[in-house]
Amino acid sequence: MRRAGFIFMLVLMASHADPVAAERLVVSLSNHRVAITSNFIGEELVLFGTIEPDADNPKLRAAYDIVITVTGPRQTFRTRRKQRVLGIWINVDAREFVRVPSYLAVLSNRPVSEIADPETLRRLQIGLANFLLPQRIGPDIADTVRDDPFRVAFVRQENQHGFYRESASAVTYLTPTVFRAAISLPADAPIGNYEIDVKLFAHGAMIVRTNSALEVTKTGFEQYVADAARDHGLLYGLATTLMALLTGWIASVVFRKD
Amino acid sequence: LQIYLPIADLPVNVFLVLGMGIAVGFISGMFGIGGGFLMTPLLIFVGISPAVAVASVASHIAASSFSGAINYWRRGTIDAALAMMLLSAGILGTATGVWLFTELRAVDQLDLLIGLSYVMLLTTVGAAMIYESIRAVMRAYHGGPATLRRPGSHNWIHGLPFKLRFKRSKIYVSAIPVWAIGFFIGFVGAIMGIGGAFILVPMLIYFLRVPTATVIGTSMVLTLVTMASATVLHAATNHLVDALLALILMIGGVIGAQYGARTGQKMRGERLRLLLGLLVFAVGLRFAYQMVIQPDDLYSIRHVRIG
Repeated sequence: MRRAGFIFMLVLMASHADPVAAERLVVSLSNHRVAITSNFIGEELVLFGTIEPDADNPKLRAAYDIVITVTGPRQTFRTRRKQRVLGIWINVDAREFVRVPSYLAVLSNRPVSEIADPETLRRLQIGLANFLLPQRIGPDIADTVRDDPFRVAFVRQENQHGFYRESASAVTYLTPTVFRAAISLPADAPIGNYEIDVKLFAHGAMIVRTNSALEVTKTGFEQYVADAARDHGLLYGLATTLMALLTGWIASVVFRKD
Repeated sequence: LQIYLPIADLPVNVFLVLGMGIAVGFISGMFGIGGGFLMTPLLIFVGISPAVAVASVASHIAASSFSGAINYWRRGTIDAALAMMLLSAGILGTATGVWLFTELRAVDQLDLLIGLSYVMLLTTVGAAMIYESIRAVMRAYHGGPATLRRPGSHNWIHGLPFKLRFKRSKIYVSAIPVWAIGFFIGFVGAIMGIGGAFILVPMLIYFLRVPTATVIGTSMVLTLVTMASATVLHAATNHLVDALLALILMIGGVIGAQYGARTGQKMRGERLRLLLGLLVFAVGLRFAYQMVIQPDDLYSIRHVRIG
């Protein structure tokens, strides 16, 4: 009996140390490239995945959990706090969130707090509360405690705008080993590369992870205008002014009163 | 029909923006103003950031004032010499305004600057217009002679040095108030996204005694130049001018202005001024209200562009 327990321990340690001996995770995204055109109103992407048994260990466990973290291009934001000064509300304090995801979605098949213990969630940065959001504090850049008012306000506002979200129902199982996940991008989705990190959990421990990616681009006219405004500000301004003068001139010709 | 605005970075209904352009264009045609003081707050109201709204409306006003200036030029009612004097200081004022705009945006106080400017300027100017036009309406009601203080009665401004003669307007005034007015209009225009015709015209009449024949045409030239330079400077420094938004506003604006002008011609001058005064005052109050009530969320986020 004692020997059997010892062997069991060895097997456990081996499986923990060697992830090759675990299940495999295969994912496929419906669309790797989202083009923002003039009539873009947001898009829902679908990610399909299967959990496959490893060749050496064909036995599958009873219950799996999936956590998908989608992170958009990193950007820097300032969060300002208003306070009443002499009767009017003005920004009195601001914090800079340095190179944080402009889009962050945590999608799972049930609440992440039920999937793993808080320590594991924190270590793997799972969930909006555990994702690292570094702030510039004096000369240092560090994440704060999760209930820091600026952090809470930042996450809340990004959530209201659809940029940050956490959904415990976005991942659904089609069969016990095949799942689909809905990744919804808002109409004003930030431009750039998005990373998709898929983690497979069983009994509160991560077994395997894999990743995918997607790209959001502005196309055609929108891209051209945005690029011109950013890279050639002066020329862009002159062109806009010229357009204004042309419109004014056309109007004066069309509506000439004699 | 939703379209995506490339600089404002949000989708808007094209008919909503076009409708706003037509509505503001109608009012601007009716009163002979650019309508920036209505357009900029409306854009902020539909969710466009104040910075993008101010910068984009500048080009919209450049279009409508150019259209107007052409018409006045054809009729020969522009005092070119006076316009040149005004706009030389106007461009300097615009550059100063854009500089202050950029500096305060970096320290998160731009919205405060825009709000305070709107409250102070619109409530005082609006109140003055209401007062003046009510007196004129009362005079007309009592059958008294509608005599405004005529040019010729001198005030302290006519005692200033560096006097210049503007033949077209038949006035002889110091260059100092001309430059001061030009600078002031350029400065507030760049900060608030307004052409400033509703302040400029009364200033030219009361301070410089510019006759009504040349005052509108000349003020349009100044508005055109300050707004065109504000567009270029905002685009070059802050990259905030949304050309697509501006184009839709321009198209709506020029259409609305035609119908507004016809309506305006049917109304009596003092009634028109009273209406405009009430409108200006109301927009000022709206900004004041917004600054005094507690916002729904004390926190706000601004995207910092690096490099």
